[in-house]
Amino acid sequence: MATVPNTTRIQDDVTALSAGQIWQPPSRNQRWIDRTFRQLCRTFAALTVVLIVFLVVEIGTKAIPALSEHGISFLYGRTWDPNKGTFGILPEIWGTLYTSLLALLFGAFFGVSAAIFLSEGYLSDAVFKLLKVFNLHFHPVWGKLPQRLEALLKNLIELLAAVPSVVYGLWGLFVVIPLLRPLCNWLHTQLGWIPFFSTDLSGPGILPAVIVLSIMILPTITAISRDALVSVPPKLRMAAYGLGATRWETILGVLLPTASRGIFGGIVLAFGRALGETMALAMLVGNANRLTVSLFSPANTLAALLANSFPEAGAKEIPVLMYTALVLLAITLVVNMFGALVLERAAAKAEAK
Amino acid sequence: MSDDNKAPIFSAAQEAEARLHQAEDAAAKDPFAGIDFGELELSIYRPRTMFSIILSFGVTVVTLLALIPLFAVLWMLIWRGGQKLSVVLFTQLPPAPLEQGGGFGNAIIGTLIMVGIAAVITVPLGILTGVYLAQAHSDSKLAGAVRFSAKVLTGFPSILAGVFAYGAIVLATGGYSAIAGGSALSILMLPTIILTAESAIAMVPARMKEASIGMGATGAQTVWMVLLPTAMPGIFTGVMLAIARAAGETAPLLFTALFSNYWLSSGGHFNLMQPTASLAVLIYNFSGMPFKNQVELAWAAALVLVVLVLITNLIGQSFSKGQVTQ
Repeated sequence: MATVPNTTRIQDDVTALSAGQIWQPPSRNQRWIDRTFRQLCRTFAALTVVLIVFLVVEIGTKAIPALSEHGISFLYGRTWDPNKGTFGILPEIWGTLYTSLLALLFGAFFGVSAAIFLSEGYLSDAVFKLLKVFNLHFHPVWGKLPQRLEALLKNLIELLAAVPSVVYGLWGLFVVIPLLRPLCNWLHTQLGWIPFFSTDLSGPGILPAVIVLSIMILPTITAISRDALVSVPPKLRMAAYGLGATRWETILGVLLPTASRGIFGGIVLAFGRALGETMALAMLVGNANRLTVSLFSPANTLAALLANSFPEAGAKEIPVLMYTALVLLAITLVVNMFGALVLERAAAKAEAK
Repeated sequence: MSDDNKAPIFSAAQEAEARLHQAEDAAAKDPFAGIDFGELELSIYRPRTMFSIILSFGVTVVTLLALIPLFAVLWMLIWRGGQKLSVVLFTQLPPAPLEQGGGFGNAIIGTLIMVGIAAVITVPLGILTGVYLAQAHSDSKLAGAVRFSAKVLTGFPSILAGVFAYGAIVLATGGYSAIAGGSALSILMLPTIILTAESAIAMVPARMKEASIGMGATGAQTVWMVLLPTAMPGIFTGVMLAIARAAGETAPLLFTALFSNYWLSSGGHFNLMQPTASLAVLIYNFSGMPFKNQVELAWAAALVLVVLVLITNLIGQSFSKGQVTQ
């Protein structure tokens, strides 16, 4: 057989040559191994698709008893009472969408801003100018500093995603909530007539959950938006500068519109992540079965309901929770598939250019 | 079009031409007439430039604000978790309510074991799927479906992985176990490994693969002896990132591995089919307790967990620099 030319294998090659093996076509054994290996790869790949189907079927079949018992009214019922056997998840559906959309609002603003900051190279420009003052900008060590710092900043933002959600929950519980409380209660007493401030923040509530959630989805938005902005052809930027546009006229008029598909895809994916995020919400949103627009009121989300009810659920409650999981699955699958499609289209369009 | 319309159009065209000539004449006299050069001056007193500077400043401030939470979290972890840190934490069992002291040795072991189980399941599965995807024809329907499934799985809510493992394993085997927890984590690790393995293998220079095939190596030999060794740094990065993510996951373990106040091996019997403690679930459980000792333990556990996750991340990223690319 043919071995790979590699310094460590020279000895083997020499042995193989002297044995006369190198001229052989693949033996029957080797062909059999090749076929089996190809088949194995194919099977494993197909298993991924099977896994998704199995996931949906498994959760779906376990939910059938609850589906037939509660039917569609489960989706707009407002009470959750295991003792009476009445279940409805309208407050949870509302809570999931409300917290995710609010988090998306903050997350998209901060995330896209950070992406612009990174893709425009503000930091490396500033460091370069600073080095120039000291005449160090072509120094073999100092001269690399702008790129190094730029990479460090990018990694730091990605590090935000590496912190486990339960740690964010812990931080929110002991840092964010005590910090927000005086401000929120002041807003409530001063501006209580506005529906968003209609209750006081007595502990866990929607606002702390939204803040922590937006921190958690920010890296997703930043990473994808930055990729989209960086992949805008440089000639477009140069053309805009050549026409006399300022930096921000270029960003708002040329770069953002060109990268808009990629940024939109990133925001949709972040939305999907926010919808399914569990721990930070289970710890911070307050687990109250309430339908409210107040930012300071406790509420509940689908994922938090599952996390809190599953461990101590009785045999009667399991199918109902499976039904809840099915609803969450449906919502997130639709959002994620949409996001993946948007990004795929954006990539295809960028390639066509 | 009738001939009647021809005359007015003709005269209009003539008029336009005359105007053009007039403009050209004017331009010949003063080519810069009617242009306000002040508009083009780069001065911060111009609204256009002012606007640009203000927005640049705004974006800088917003980016710095976005980094505050990261440092705030790390600072709190070091400050509140560091106070409690000692060797005892790694060797002792979690305390009962109102009990002083204690540690989370069993939770560290539990996390490592469950992540290990998940890695044993997903590493071969994910890498071979990545090989298939990287080698498949671009018009292959199966490859398209697999790639799409992997992308959808990336955004799969972690709690649903727990619900699935609960239905498929906990209900089937009749109890909470480390196996069920590990399987739930494997669903979350799989897409990361598949997608990074695919891109790492696809980045191997085509000439290396062609050389191998040209020398008569079979497909399997090319994969094992050329593609995988060359792509190994990239694949390893993906595996480490997936492990780091899985180690921090709580939601899928809540009702698959549950929690336990004891070691996995009791009386010399090592049993994976029993409720198992993990750092993440310990943080969740203890953070909600009204006891000071437990809350302090939660902070210390969070510090240990974040350090574990960050080290795994850094090791993974340091390997990706060794990747050979085209």
